[in-house]
Amino acid sequence: MARMKFLCDADRCIECNACVTACKNEHEVPWGINRRRVVTINDGLPGERSVSMACMHCTDAPCAAVCPVSCFYTTDDGVVLHNKDTCIGCGYCAYACPFGAPQYPQTANFGTRGKMDKCTYCSGGPEPDMSQAEYVKYGSNRLAEGKLPLCAEMCSTKSLLAGDGDIIAEIYRERVITRGYGSGAWGWRTAYGETVTV
Amino acid sequence: MMANPISRLIMTLGLVLGVMLAAPAAQAQVNPTQQSVNEGALLEALGSGGNVAGRITIPDESAGYLIKPDNKLWAALQGDTLHQISIWAVIGMVALLTLFYVLRGKIRVDGGLSGRKILRFNTIERFAHWTLASTFIILALSGLNLIIGKTVILPLLGEAAFGTLSAWGKIAHNYLAWPFMVALVMVLLLWVVHNIPNRLDLEWLKQGGGLVKKGVHPPAKKFNAGQKIIFWAVIAGGAALSYTGVMLLFPAEAGTPADWQFFQTIHALTAAVLSAIIIAHIYIGSVGMEGAFDAMGTGEVDENWAKEHHSLWVEEVKGSKASKGRTQPAE
Repeated sequence: MARMKFLCDADRCIECNACVTACKNEHEVPWGINRRRVVTINDGLPGERSVSMACMHCTDAPCAAVCPVSCFYTTDDGVVLHNKDTCIGCGYCAYACPFGAPQYPQTANFGTRGKMDKCTYCSGGPEPDMSQAEYVKYGSNRLAEGKLPLCAEMCSTKSLLAGDGDIIAEIYRERVITRGYGSGAWGWRTAYGETVTV
Repeated sequence: MMANPISRLIMTLGLVLGVMLAAPAAQAQVNPTQQSVNEGALLEALGSGGNVAGRITIPDESAGYLIKPDNKLWAALQGDTLHQISIWAVIGMVALLTLFYVLRGKIRVDGGLSGRKILRFNTIERFAHWTLASTFIILALSGLNLIIGKTVILPLLGEAAFGTLSAWGKIAHNYLAWPFMVALVMVLLLWVVHNIPNRLDLEWLKQGGGLVKKGVHPPAKKFNAGQKIIFWAVIAGGAALSYTGVMLLFPAEAGTPADWQFFQTIHALTAAVLSAIIIAHIYIGSVGMEGAFDAMGTGEVDENWAKEHHSLWVEEVKGSKASKGRTQPAE
């Protein structure tokens, strides 16, 4: 089985935010929630870089460790998913996440947090693959259709890579060797305890 | 007139030559594409609790934090350490009380029940106490569920039922926190005057409150030193729980994830300690001591119980009653 990961080659990201828009549209993400976002580091300074970030689907995910109702599970592909029927919206996963991935729709009175929502790596939830129930709660399940996450698939500069960790790391390594520089595999050290060395 | 176009040509050539020569030299100095921020360098430069952050174009400013590596540290504390502390606080206190019950048994009224009653807590006092008590029990149980539920209740109920139970628990926890806070303030206002520590408390504590030995009854006013300890533990613990709890209810106002983690840790630790104290309080107010429950049940206690446990308070009450009832003797 593959170990699915994201890798954003920040030296190619042009901050077009198409990944953000594509994600919102593909999954009909509720208002106020961004499963993916683009952050610009050193904005306006020489050498600024933009990084597209979503849930990194960590190894030993801290969200799963702190969840009081154990609603997280890791798929055979290494994707960290959660069960919205079990989730109580306590917010602990958001406290523990290093990437700011978990978010909560405001569903009840006094701004009570609803069920957590985050990037599913376009692979739905615990419901049957590609079912309506799954789509309503988690969005589309592209992995079940044999496709990769849409954000990476439609990235115009091929900055955002999705796929098996070893393969995308190799692609990134080749790029860095060819062009002679690279700002790093953003988030890898924090998410997987390792980075892509060139 | 002829020199002008020629000199212009020479100047243009010189300029082009200059640019051609200068360009590689400038490129050798700075490559604007190569010069970039680097994740590894940024992470190494971070102090503890530091974040890699940048500009974001969406309204949610907190989304500008790209990587917060230290956020992961809390996972071990929350998922493991607090779990252990909560379990041992509860089990430890229950074990301790069981041992005490086996060794000492139920503390009886030495002089037997007199049948005469004295009003100890009026309706308002009992209302405040039971509001505080009932909300605390639900808050404590629904809170404990968040810590140990996934290891204790989840295997029994299955994920779906446990999820529903926990969701109701969360709603109860969020809403009952408010009557809890109101009752906490009521209890503080009603009883603070009776709970100022004084010299009597030292004597009471020296004699072990009469808990250990039969027939020992150190003098006490309305509240003895043990009850004062419970009172101040509830006030301090309740205040800490209220403050951290409100911060956790409104995280956007509370600050950053580091603040949320801090508040959650304090909330859980305080809850564990206060739960253990309250278990002891429930014990001594029910099965642990004969006649004690009446104080909060009907509000009226047996006179002999009162004389043994709150001798000075009985004198105060009787004294004031006597002075009220006394008529001035005729000259």
